[in-house]
Amino acid sequence: MPTLLRIKNVSKYFPGVKALDNITMDIEKNEIHAICGENGAGKSTLISILGGIYPYGSYEGDIYLKDKKIEFKNPKDAEEAGIAVIHQELTLFEELSIIENIYMGSQKVKGLVIDWNSMYEESQILLKKLKLDDLNIFTKIKHLGVGKQQLIEIAKALVKKANILILDEPTASLTESETNNLLALLKELKKEGVTCIYISHKLDEIFEVADRVSILRDGKLIGTKLINEVTKNDLIKMMVGREISQMFPKRKISPEKIIFEVKNFTVFEEYNPTKKVVDNVSFNLRYGEILGFSGLVGAGRTELMSSIIGFYQGKKEGEVFLNSEKVNINSPQEALELGIAYLSEDRKGAGIISNLTVRENITIAFIKKFATFFHINKESETLKALEIIKELNIKTQSPEVKISTLSGGNQQKTLIGRNLVSIPKILIMDEPTRGIDVGAKQEIYSLMNKLTKQGISIIMISSELPEIIGMADRIIVLHEGKFMGEIENYNHDTNQEDIMYLATGIRGGKGE
Amino acid sequence: MKTNKKKVDLRSYMMIIALLVIWLIFTIMTKGSFLSARNISNLFRQSVFISLLAIGMVMVIILGEIDLSVGSIVGLSGGILAILDVWKGINPVLSMIITLGIGLLLGLWNGYWIAYKGVPSFIVTLGGMLIFRGILMGITKGITIGPMSHFFTFLGKGYLSNSFGILLGIIASIMIIISEFRSWKKKKSYNIDSSSTRFEFVKVALYIILINLFVIIFNSYNGLPFPLLIMIIILLLFAYITQNTVFGRYIYAIGGNSKAAILSGINIKKITLIVFMINGLLASLGGVFLTSRLNAAAVSAGEGAELDTIAACVIGGASLMGGIGTTFGAVVGAIVMTSLDNGMSLLNVEVFWQSIIKGLVLLFAVWFDVISKKREA
Repeated sequence: MPTLLRIKNVSKYFPGVKALDNITMDIEKNEIHAICGENGAGKSTLISILGGIYPYGSYEGDIYLKDKKIEFKNPKDAEEAGIAVIHQELTLFEELSIIENIYMGSQKVKGLVIDWNSMYEESQILLKKLKLDDLNIFTKIKHLGVGKQQLIEIAKALVKKANILILDEPTASLTESETNNLLALLKELKKEGVTCIYISHKLDEIFEVADRVSILRDGKLIGTKLINEVTKNDLIKMMVGREISQMFPKRKISPEKIIFEVKNFTVFEEYNPTKKVVDNVSFNLRYGEILGFSGLVGAGRTELMSSIIGFYQGKKEGEVFLNSEKVNINSPQEALELGIAYLSEDRKGAGIISNLTVRENITIAFIKKFATFFHINKESETLKALEIIKELNIKTQSPEVKISTLSGGNQQKTLIGRNLVSIPKILIMDEPTRGIDVGAKQEIYSLMNKLTKQGISIIMISSELPEIIGMADRIIVLHEGKFMGEIENYNHDTNQEDIMYLATGIRGGKGE
Repeated sequence: MKTNKKKVDLRSYMMIIALLVIWLIFTIMTKGSFLSARNISNLFRQSVFISLLAIGMVMVIILGEIDLSVGSIVGLSGGILAILDVWKGINPVLSMIITLGIGLLLGLWNGYWIAYKGVPSFIVTLGGMLIFRGILMGITKGITIGPMSHFFTFLGKGYLSNSFGILLGIIASIMIIISEFRSWKKKKSYNIDSSSTRFEFVKVALYIILINLFVIIFNSYNGLPFPLLIMIIILLLFAYITQNTVFGRYIYAIGGNSKAAILSGINIKKITLIVFMINGLLASLGGVFLTSRLNAAAVSAGEGAELDTIAACVIGGASLMGGIGTTFGAVVGAIVMTSLDNGMSLLNVEVFWQSIIKGLVLLFAVWFDVISKKREA
């Protein structure tokens, strides 16, 4: 088959991270080409380049479409060249109808007015193809489930006559039948001449649908294989590469007394108080332990933790005990006073305060410690900041530069440092290594181990299976807000698939 | 990183440079009468009003909010002050305290709806703007009330004796030297940035010369205007509060990232409420000074002042996105705005041109800020 898209020596840098390192890859016409790799392997960066989000000139190397060099300035250029990217985060307009969304940006017109009739007819045919013909096309998008929304995104791409479809983790929040539906559709489209780049780390899907597979790791291309030449184990080895024991420092713990206990915790959605995002979850945390929380998108892990510390605003039910004493936590302020600190998964949105310096970012949560009455003693504040910078090996010119000048990993270390100005009893870390490079990840892992040695108990939410297996002593798995199971992981040798079965809700449930 | 820091410094000096350029242009165009002792004295006295409002407003803006009601708080406070003083004949100091208390309550009203009821500040204060102006019209029945008692004449137009001015100049000079010496010593003990001592020395010398120059200029007219002294004291107070207290740090943190602030254990509702109360108090103080200077309270007093104030804050480097701005910058911005008014009035520029030019200066100031930030990035 002829080569449709040729990626040649493409590299892309972000401050402090080499996101793509000299990638060369061919996509053949009419194939389904899977790209897999762990989080942070560079998958999303690659498709952002192909989709014109990172414009020509912001990366090194060349990309050829049908042997013609492409220089996209923006996503619209990519669209016009027939490349449609369907992102993990859908880009539909919730308040508009299906038909309005499908034709967004490519409305059919008669003179100056929208030609509803021909759009209506065409979209009926299209929806039939997507097996969505039971839907009223005037339904607002917000009334559809995520799976159907995903299909609408594909319809939108087809209307634009896209011949290269790039899907970024399309099944991340789909149910099994929705996933099967989607995979069947992709095969159907392939027959009609559509080429597809399929980003996923779910191996079953890749084996089901792909013709070839490329593996990325730490921004490098590890290899491209025909799908029938490889086994799942080969792929995992290529994806993970490094020995887990190298990545995750060993540590021994003996089960200690329980410090923190959550009983029958239920959280309701903030704007939809009848919907439970966390449903009757109970767990306990021991001294000096790392308790892992695993699950897929929508499992309710973040809602559970941020609700416990009083940050999530939805209604909550259930009991929380600290050192066997019942506590009522209504705000992060009260949680901090009790010694429970929370590191948000949303580093930009709820972590760094970008107008403040590194020093100010470190001390903000416990600034009162450095104040007599209201006056901040900047000397003792600076000394503490310098101490944290040194202890956590935060690479910064000085404590007086803005935190926004730091790389992602160093920003994250600064935020961890913020919670260590006053040593907490419990540190809840939500995706602590998301979007940071391998080196900084390793430093954070060692730091976590050091903290547990000091007697701090850690709750770690992580979507990266190798990470949670490498770090956690016990792993609790949630699925759609429900407790699926608890896995003892003291030897850090739990099978990834065991967690996945629980996380996808195939196996497990209360009482198991 | 080092060059970066220098650029930031340059930008904060840019405001002062821009102010000096404006002064230079007006001096040339008025053949020197802009810089006459009399006019400088007038200019600073006029600037007190917007400066007071800007000190309060800049904290609201740093917080990431806006207050459109300050003009009406000014008007209503002036009206209440005049009613108490002229109609009721109550003791001037007591009248003033009651008026300031009401300003605080008006700020509390705004702050309560914004912080505890979640209504956007734009809407709450737009409502406040109409409500407070309406109350003013109701209680004064639309009549201009005056003249005020002598106490207020002094408050609005009084001057301090020459010797008092000199004394203040000396005290200020000594304080600058002491504080500079302290921070120099601190920096030296941390080994931070000790290379620029010569630059620091020049800066201190410049400040001292400038302060004493102003004392001489004011003394060669009638002396230091009393309202200006009050404004300077309030500026210093709030510069201290915003830069050196827990409360001030919280304001910047909330404006920078409110979610992160909540997770850092900051009670953002309480802080928001207090900031709006302070803003109400300062707006009401502005109203007291305006009424004193004009010697009467009119229904239209303070109309449009909120927009001049916001413009002053923005010209002074504050960002309406929140998190960025200083009280000092806001006052420089207020002096820029007043200088434009004053200079153009001296030149007999028609009112419509004044409005157009002020609008353009605001636009260019922010545009300059946008491009310099882009270049930095």
